[in-house]
Amino acid sequence: MLKEAIDNVLGTAAAYTERQFPQSVVSCTVPRERFVDAAKAMKKAYALLAAEWASDETPFGGGFAVYACYRWGSEYLIVRTEVPVDDPTFPSLTKKYVPAYRFERQIHSLMGLVPAGHPDLRPWIKFEDWPQEAYPLRKTFDASKPMLRVNGEYQWARAEGEGVYEIPVGPVHAGIIEPGHFRFQAVGEMIVNLEERLGYVHKGIEKRFESFSWQDGVRLAGRVSGDTTVAHSIAYSMAVEAIAQCDIPERAHWLRALFLERERIANHLGDIGAICNDAAFAFMLYQMMRLKEMLLRTNLKLFGHRFIMDRVIPGGVTADIDENGKKEILKELNLLSKEFERLVNIYDENSSLEDRVRDAGILIPERARELCTVGIVARASGLNLDCRLQNPFPPYDRFEVNVPVLISGDVHARVWARVEEIRESIRIIRFILENIPDGSLSVNIAKPSPDTSGFAAVEGWRGEIIYWVQAGPRGEINRCMVRDPSSVNWLGLEQAIPNNIVPDFPLCNKSFNQSYSGHDL
Amino acid sequence: MIRILHQIFRTGIVTEPLPAVIEEEIIVIGAKLEEAIKRRFRGSLTIREVDAGSCNGCELEIHAINNPIYNCERFGIHFTASPRFADMLLVTGPVSRNMEIALRRTYNATPPPKLVVAVGDCGCNGGIFGESYASLGGIDKVIPVDVYIPGCPPTPTALLKGILRAVDRNP
Repeated sequence: MLKEAIDNVLGTAAAYTERQFPQSVVSCTVPRERFVDAAKAMKKAYALLAAEWASDETPFGGGFAVYACYRWGSEYLIVRTEVPVDDPTFPSLTKKYVPAYRFERQIHSLMGLVPAGHPDLRPWIKFEDWPQEAYPLRKTFDASKPMLRVNGEYQWARAEGEGVYEIPVGPVHAGIIEPGHFRFQAVGEMIVNLEERLGYVHKGIEKRFESFSWQDGVRLAGRVSGDTTVAHSIAYSMAVEAIAQCDIPERAHWLRALFLERERIANHLGDIGAICNDAAFAFMLYQMMRLKEMLLRTNLKLFGHRFIMDRVIPGGVTADIDENGKKEILKELNLLSKEFERLVNIYDENSSLEDRVRDAGILIPERARELCTVGIVARASGLNLDCRLQNPFPPYDRFEVNVPVLISGDVHARVWARVEEIRESIRIIRFILENIPDGSLSVNIAKPSPDTSGFAAVEGWRGEIIYWVQAGPRGEINRCMVRDPSSVNWLGLEQAIPNNIVPDFPLCNKSFNQSYSGHDL
Repeated sequence: MIRILHQIFRTGIVTEPLPAVIEEEIIVIGAKLEEAIKRRFRGSLTIREVDAGSCNGCELEIHAINNPIYNCERFGIHFTASPRFADMLLVTGPVSRNMEIALRRTYNATPPPKLVVAVGDCGCNGGIFGESYASLGGIDKVIPVDVYIPGCPPTPTALLKGILRAVDRNP
């Protein structure tokens, strides 16, 4: 359907490629001046913008290329446009798609391509003390050397008027969390504006991928965001398997799903506890942390790592489960669901807690859609988006997945989405343990052919994770684009905060619980 | 309310001695730690955690030592919101270029003896992120480090042992 929408507007101006894998993800190149027309066509077809990124394609003898990936229903469509080296500009999509706002600031900061017509070209992730001409994602940039510090100042959004004051928070926060800066403008207790500034934990991950082999890259992917290590490893591995056109054993798919659902439960448990703790209900934090610890210990015992890190590799998995392991997990799940349901009851009946979580930090459904949010945040604001459902990667195409969708968009909705997902994940794990097929764990991966690209989308516990990999002229990694759910959902937090009181910010922030590392890369 | 109380009493105290394999070691070190904290910090060691660029895996395990199973408060360990009250900085890495200044400022804001513990493979030597335009490598590239706790991420037990080492090793 998306392809038709492109054809209707662009006709023969859109050139389709066969070098994008899996081929169910349609990819076409359009002339630079028609890039916005394609976005308009997508908008008209109700598609959401999933990601926008740039690649340095000078090793192929060309210039740069900008890619925009759209999603609707079960379809993904990538629109590519070429940008010559001597005129590094491309038309901005920000006026059509709000999330392009940050994607394009990032492209501008790290690749040095100018999005013409973009309303705000302050650097993003790149800090004001970086040298102006430092564009790390360009091939001409030497990533091994430290950069000089230069003078510069970041221009913050300002609010003026009687009684308006500013609260700067971070980068080092009060709790044991990642660094980032938030700047509030408030009148009394009421927040009138929140501006995020991220990039503090930028470690040059996308650039670093380019110096890794396809096999080793998965270790880096597993450390994009430590709490999502399984989902990132799966997404990276699936993208590599797509580009190498390789099928992995059925059993490996099922084991991956087992790891993924365990990661989902563990993180949701921790989140529900932490959200309640930010509403001063410490009881729930300690109860939930107890259950989470139980899961992590079982992980260590059965799979050799508390977070199941490095157990997914391109070609399959490296950890297996035997009959005793199955029994152990089933026993654990029985205990977990009994204890969990008891705690959910307590959450549900506690009116002073309800006072805090209801109607706080509302992200209205219209805005959630406009911002193209994904995952928990989207599903708590009425968007029924889940790749396990719409774009089911194996083994999720073999069984039913029920996804909770709520419409109130407040802290409670985000808690409740997690509660329902834990219940569903427990059901899925039981199903997996019962039906997991026999077979080998992994296969060897062939080297991808030059100038091909691979795409994968995986539903991690935060939401949809996208990897797009491109093979260079010698079949090496030319570009590895990572789109953590946080890249889009941070925008949702910024929009949900105004009109809340300052003391509710930690609560609202925790209910989003986005990754700084996954965003900053 | 009755359900909350019921759950609390039903759960009981879940704090347990650390895993059996190293239990003996922990009993020895745990006793030493309590003794050392009592001697050097009047029974209360205050830690400021600083994420200088980690992937947040180490943060999960630092959270875990606060959970009711490990319950680090029983040894007199408390996490604080401000470096100004901290005896120790527990720093995860690698140090990203964008966090270098904030880390230095945090270090400068910490009163003596400012013990610094580098957490995780990345905190020790940059780990998989190494040294690049965006990553400066291990914590000791930026501030002096007293004790290193390797691991990706280090388990809660390894973290506790490392903290004990830092407290014990100084006079």
